[in-house]
Amino acid sequence: MSLHSTTPQFKDNAHHALHDAQLQKALGNVRNNFVERRASAAARLPEFDALRDSARAIKDHVLAHLDLYLERYEAQVVAQGGKVHFARSAQEACDEIVAICKAHGAKSVTKGKSMVSEEIGLNAAIEAAGMEAVETDLGEYIIQLRGETPSHIIAPAVHLNKEQVEEDFRRVHTHLPIDRDLTQPETLLSEARGILRAKFLGADIGITGANFLVAETGSSIIVTNEGNGDLTQILPRVHIVVASLEKIVPTLDDAAQIMRVLARSATGQDMTVYSTISTGPRRPGDVDGPEHYHVVLVDNGRSRMIGSEFEEMLRCIRCGACMNHCPVYHAVGGHAYGWVYPGPMGAVLTPSLIGVEEGGQLPNASTFCGRCESVCPVHIPLPKLMRHWREREFERHLNPALQRYGLRLWAFIARHELVYRLLTAIAMPILAWLGRKSGRFSHLPLAGGWTQYRDMPAPQGKTFQEQWRAKGGRCS
Amino acid sequence: MDQSPVRALNFSHGSVMTETPPSFVPPPDEAANRPGPETRPVFCAIAWLAQAGQSGPCFTGGYALPASKPRVGLLVTCLVDLFRPSIGFAAVHLLEEAGCEVIVPAQTCCGQPAYNSGDRADAKSLALQVMQSFASCDYVVAPSGSCGGMLAKHYPDLFADEPDLHATAIAFGAKCHELVSFLTDVMKITRVDAHYPHTVTYHDSCSGLRELGIEAQPRQLLNSVQGLTLVELAQADVCCGFGGTFAVKYGEISDAIVTHKVAQASQAQAEVLLAGDLGCLMNMAGKLARQGSAMEVRHIAEVLAGMTQAPAIAAAPERAR
Ligand code: SF4
Repeated sequence: MSLHSTTPQFKDNAHHALHDAQLQKALGNVRNNFVERRASAAARLPEFDALRDSARAIKDHVLAHLDLYLERYEAQVVAQGGKVHFARSAQEACDEIVAICKAHGAKSVTKGKSMVSEEIGLNAAIEAAGMEAVETDLGEYIIQLRGETPSHIIAPAVHLNKEQVEEDFRRVHTHLPIDRDLTQPETLLSEARGILRAKFLGADIGITGANFLVAETGSSIIVTNEGNGDLTQILPRVHIVVASLEKIVPTLDDAAQIMRVLARSATGQDMTVYSTISTGPRRPGDVDGPEHYHVVLVDNGRSRMIGSEFEEMLRCIRCGACMNHCPVYHAVGGHAYGWVYPGPMGAVLTPSLIGVEEGGQLPNASTFCGRCESVCPVHIPLPKLMRHWREREFERHLNPALQRYGLRLWAFIARHELVYRLLTAIAMPILAWLGRKSGRFSHLPLAGGWTQYRDMPAPQGKTFQEQWRAKGGRCS
Repeated sequence: MDQSPVRALNFSHGSVMTETPPSFVPPPDEAANRPGPETRPVFCAIAWLAQAGQSGPCFTGGYALPASKPRVGLLVTCLVDLFRPSIGFAAVHLLEEAGCEVIVPAQTCCGQPAYNSGDRADAKSLALQVMQSFASCDYVVAPSGSCGGMLAKHYPDLFADEPDLHATAIAFGAKCHELVSFLTDVMKITRVDAHYPHTVTYHDSCSGLRELGIEAQPRQLLNSVQGLTLVELAQADVCCGFGGTFAVKYGEISDAIVTHKVAQASQAQAEVLLAGDLGCLMNMAGKLARQGSAMEVRHIAEVLAGMTQAPAIAAAPERAR
């Protein structure tokens, strides 16, 4: 059931994205705003880097003892009157959730923002079972109207501008007066609020994701800026939390620690507007809350990553900082990546979850500039993990043959110094002579990938080493 | 001058002439005799003893010992070797001026293309080859943050599963440096003797910046060049889109990134764009040339060494500045 990917067509996707003028304009905001906000939030907090270290330590500790904390978490949820369902695959997770919905005779489901629900293709599964699924996060609501997937893990509609949203609202909200003003973000927001309020009140089931699952208390925590998560989980009769395994933290204190780096890394806020903790269903005497509380814990390939060279990726807290700082993401946006998770974290996670045969383009589409790693709040060595994927591909001969031969040929030459010396002594002067007039080439055989877009500087002539030896320079 | 042996021994670097800041511009004979950093304190003490009774600083020559100069192996990098030897000669000049003895062991490629393309076996054999060729050097210096980072940071990773080689690679990595940061951080150079009456801007190449922490050093030395005005490039820390084979495999995306980069370079109102890695420079220069821009592109070493006779990168000969 998991979402269909267009990741193998990454290059075509990227090509279209690069020629989409509106998208390019929208991406400018990511490039500038997110980066500045994170930098100033980090600068305002002297202990920011120390907190990052501690966030990493907490996540590493959990991964080393995941079984223990999962058991503890489940026991606590049960003790609070809830139920935990373990789903090995996307299919199992969807089946489980649909079964819960059906058991409660649900017709309408509201949803808070959740990337794992995108991963498992939950909306499609709910709709296929004859129920309505309504996204209540504004960005998610907009892309649901458009039939799109999120282009960013924390700002799902970052690829759109407000004129496009106005168009969508007028297209879908046909029962509203035609002459209402939808030109401002505020008016768009209040229209969406008006529509969603009715959905909140009428929903049978509320589904949220989780930023943290707390083993100590059996609580789940979501951080949001719109408050839609609260209404999603408090108003309906049934609250279903869908979360992936690695969201577990040992204690509330640990969650609080990580929250301090999460918002700063994501939006540059010191704290998100809402941080909502939910622990089990409504208890006698509670003024509100759901009658039933379920947690669906999704594995979908994650337990395979534990103990592998990709384990560190499970520290990810989905802040989005890596994509906010990624020049490739800035160039092509999130949809080009072709599956759920874009940017550097997606480049590591996608092949882990859907296979390197399908997702193998992504870890290659990186300059290894390292800016992602430098801002990742939990210090995930993203370039190193992408390189591991490249190694797996190379071992399994998954990359194009021409590339492999080219590389191996260069390596052969480089391993034989005399061959290198001989070939370059012939080739470089010839190239220099050919390029002597303009100092560059606008076309060069075998270098089309380069010269299609920019000139290739011509070499100066004899190699450095040849000149050095001719001058009597010391070689040992 | 009141000097005791103890005091002389306490100097960790530079000249014992404390009133004169460590400088890159001693007269040629002094430069040639300048003691290397590792042997310097002891050496100065010997010098002090040798000069006991004489007045004046102990740094005025006559006491050079062959072992005093650090023996620096220049990893010229394959791009510089093949495309732009003038950078290599600028590096040699800078290192010699800083008091190093420069050797250039026979070399080819550091293995980075193989490593970053997932070809670990070839990367390892090339790494072994480099470690062997440069084994006798006190330091290995490359005019590139990317190759410097490969040697210093990634060679140890390559052999993480082989304890003996891992230890060798760690020890080897510890003596590997990028050129500019080697001059400032190891040789304690604070200024250079060069004249370049142009407005320049500087792009921080990614590996140098994020793997090796090179940021202040190039700016410090550039600011010491006579006549040079350094203007900052907006988002100087953002990748230029080169990324080795990325530039060819994902040419269109690489192009979008470099287009943005050179647009910002143009906005910086500089005549010359500098960086410390030839790969990035060829990418940016190639793009500027394709756009017909008049902006020159050069490696920082050429400017620091005062060796800018060669035409700029991708420039026609008559455009030499
Ligand atoms: S990989 Fe790091 S920076 Fe990227 S989303 Fe995850 S935690 Fe944030």
